[in-house]
Amino acid sequence: MAAAQPDAQPPAQPDGPPLIELRGITRVYGTGEAEVRAVDGVDLTIRQGEFVAIMGPSGSGKSTAMNIIGCLDRPSSGQYLFNGVEVAGLSRDQRAVLRREYLGFVFQGFNLLSRTSALENVELPLIYKGLGRAERAAQARAALDKVGLGGREGHDPSQLSGGQQQRVAIARALVGNPMLILADEPTGNLDTQRSHEIMDLLTRLNRDEGITIVMVTHEEGMAAFARRLVVFVDGRLARDEPVAPRGQGG
Amino acid sequence: MLWETIRLALQAITRNALRSFLTVLGVVIGVAAVIAMVTVGQGSSEQVRASVASLGTNVLMVRPGKQMMGPGARESAPAFSLHDATALADLPAVQAVAPIVTTGQTAVFGNANVATSVTGTTADYLTVSNWTVLRGRAFAPGEEAAGAAVCILGESLRRALFGAADPTGAVIRLKTVSCQVIGLLQAKGAGAMGQDQDDFILMPIRAVQRRLLGMQDVSTLSVALAPGVSTARGIRDVEALLRERRRIGPGQEDNFSVLDMAQIASMLSSVNAVLTGLLSSVAAVSLLVGGIGIMNIMLVSVTERTREIGIRLAVGASAAQVMTQFLVEAVVLSVIGGVLGIALGLGLAFLAAQIMVIPFSPSLGVVALAFLFSGFVGVIFGFFPARRAARLDPIEALRYQ
Ligand SMILES: Nc1ncnc2c1ncn2[C@@H]1O[C@H](COP(=O)(O)OP(=O)(O)OP(=O)(O)O)[C@@H](O)[C@H]1O
Ligand SMILES: [Mg+2]
Repeated sequence: MAAAQPDAQPPAQPDGPPLIELRGITRVYGTGEAEVRAVDGVDLTIRQGEFVAIMGPSGSGKSTAMNIIGCLDRPSSGQYLFNGVEVAGLSRDQRAVLRREYLGFVFQGFNLLSRTSALENVELPLIYKGLGRAERAAQARAALDKVGLGGREGHDPSQLSGGQQQRVAIARALVGNPMLILADEPTGNLDTQRSHEIMDLLTRLNRDEGITIVMVTHEEGMAAFARRLVVFVDGRLARDEPVAPRGQGG
Repeated sequence: MLWETIRLALQAITRNALRSFLTVLGVVIGVAAVIAMVTVGQGSSEQVRASVASLGTNVLMVRPGKQMMGPGARESAPAFSLHDATALADLPAVQAVAPIVTTGQTAVFGNANVATSVTGTTADYLTVSNWTVLRGRAFAPGEEAAGAAVCILGESLRRALFGAADPTGAVIRLKTVSCQVIGLLQAKGAGAMGQDQDDFILMPIRAVQRRLLGMQDVSTLSVALAPGVSTARGIRDVEALLRERRRIGPGQEDNFSVLDMAQIASMLSSVNAVLTGLLSSVAAVSLLVGGIGIMNIMLVSVTERTREIGIRLAVGASAAQVMTQFLVEAVVLSVIGGVLGIALGLGLAFLAAQIMVIPFSPSLGVVALAFLFSGFVGVIFGFFPARRAARLDPIEALRYQ
C-alpha cells in the first residue's frame, strides 16, 4: 500500500514504566454449555508512551480485552495492574474515577451525545471531574483546536461529517489529559482519507504528548501507524511484534 | 455542582418540550385542583365568618315549628303575632326584638321592573341585623304603628331600579301599593350561602301584613339579647315565655324553635370544611396519578437514553452522579408542573371568587405546601427510574441500540 505520508519519526521504542500489565487475564461469558471464553489467559504488558495496534478476526476477544483494559469490565480471573494498581480490587465507582482521571475512549460509533454541541460533548468528562464552567469551556476549546475543529464548537454531531465527529470524540478522549487513549476501531466508519487524518492525529498525540495509545483495527493500513502489533485469535495472543516504520514498505 | 445538574436537567427537558409538557400535565392539573379547591374553600369560610359577624353574634332566631330547616317544618304550628314580639321585648334578657315577615314582590319604578323580596319589620331590625342607614332615615314610630307605605332600599335593588340616581323621596310601586322611599341601606355584599344580601326592601311590618299579604302573621322573631346575657340564658327565657304564651303544657314539646347565630355559623363552616376536604382529596389523587405519569416517562427516558448513560459512565461519571442527574430531572420536571399548577389553580380560584362573590384569599402556606409536594412527587417517582439508570452496566449500555 502506498502510504502518502512518510513522516520521519523518532524510531526509539519507548521503554517507560509499565502502564498496563495483564497477567493470565480470562473473561468468560455465560456458564456450562453456553460458556464462551472471550479472552483466555492473556499476558500482555504495555509501557507508557507506546502506540499499540490490536488486530484479529471478528469475535477473537479484542473488544472484550479493551473493555477490561479500560476498566469498564472486570476479568473473570487473572490480574490486571493499571499504572501499578490492582484493578480487580476496585469498586465500580473507583473504576469510574480511574476512567475519568487517566483514560480516554474513542469508539467506532463515535458515541457522541446527540443534540448536544461539540463543545458540550467535549466538556462531558470535565463535568464529572467537577471543573467550573469557564475552565471547562477553555479546556474543551483547546482540545477541539488540537483536533483541528476550532470554530465548530457550536455544531451538533448531526451537523458534522463522520471524520469531524470522530475528531470530536478524540477531543473528548484527550481533554482530561489522560495517560492512555483506548480506541476500538476508531476508523471503522470512515473512508481512507478520513481514516488517515484520524491516524495522523493519534500519532501526533502519541509522539508529541506522550499519550499511550491502544487501538483495535481491522485494517493493516491503520495498524501500520502503530509501533507495535498484537494479534488476537480465539481469545489468545497469537502474535506480538514491532511494526516496521511506515514508508519502508509494509 | 447542583446548579450544574439542574441546568443539565433543564436542557434535557427542553430538548423534548412537548413531551415534557404532556408529562407534567398530570401534576399541573393535580396541583391546580388542590390549590383552587383550598383557596375557594378558604374564601367561602371567610365569607361565612364575615356574614355571621355582620348578623351579630348575640342574636336568636325564633320561628314556629320544630325545626329551622327541612320539609314540613312549620306546617301545623301557629304563627307568631306582633304581641309576641312586644312581650319578648319586655324580658330583661332581651334588648330588642324585630318581628319579620317576608314576601316576594315585583318593584316598579318608571320603566324598571325588578323581582325582589320585601321584608316587613320594625326599626329594631336595623339594630338586630346590623344594618346601617346610608342615606335618608329609618321608620318613624308613627309610620310603624300606622303601617305607612314607606320603604328603605337595599343597595342592589336601588342600583337595579334607579341606576346612579338618588332614590330618596321617589315613589316606587309594589303590587298596587305606592311606596315612598325614605332611606337607603349600606351594602353588606354576599351572604354565607353566596346569596346577595342587598337585594331587598324594608317596610313597616303592618304595611306588609295589611297592604301586601292581607294577614296578621309574623313568620320570624329576631331577638337581640341584652349585653352580658349568655346565649343559654337568653334561649331559656325566650322559650319559657313563648311556651306560656302559646299555652304549651308541661311535658309537651315546643311548637317553635330557637336557634342562635353561633350555631348556624358553625353548621355552615363544618359543611364547608367537609366539602373542601372531600374535593381536595379527589384532587390529591390526581396528583398521585400525575406522579405515576412522571415515573412512566422517566422510565421510558432511561431506556431511550441508555446509550447516553453508557457514554457518561464511560467518561467517568459515578453511579451517584448519574442517579442525581435523573433524579434532579424528575424533580425539576414535577416542580415545573407544580409551579404551572399553582399559577393555574390561583387563576381558577380568582375566577371562581369573582363568580361566587366571595373573597379571593390565597394562602401562602398552601402554595408553599403544593410546591414542596410537587418536588416530593418528583423525588418519589423519579427515584426508581434514576436508580435503574445508575445501575446500568456501562458496556451493555454502550452497546444498546
Ligand atoms: N455480553 C456478552 N455476552 C456473551 N457473549 C459475549 C458478550 N460480549 C462478547 N461476547 C462474546 O465474546 C467473544 C468476543 O467478543 P468481542 O466483542 O470481544 O470480539 P471482537 O474481537 O471485538 O470482535 P469484532 O472484531 O467483531 O468487534 C465473542 O464470541 C462474543 O460473542
Ligand atoms: Mg469488537
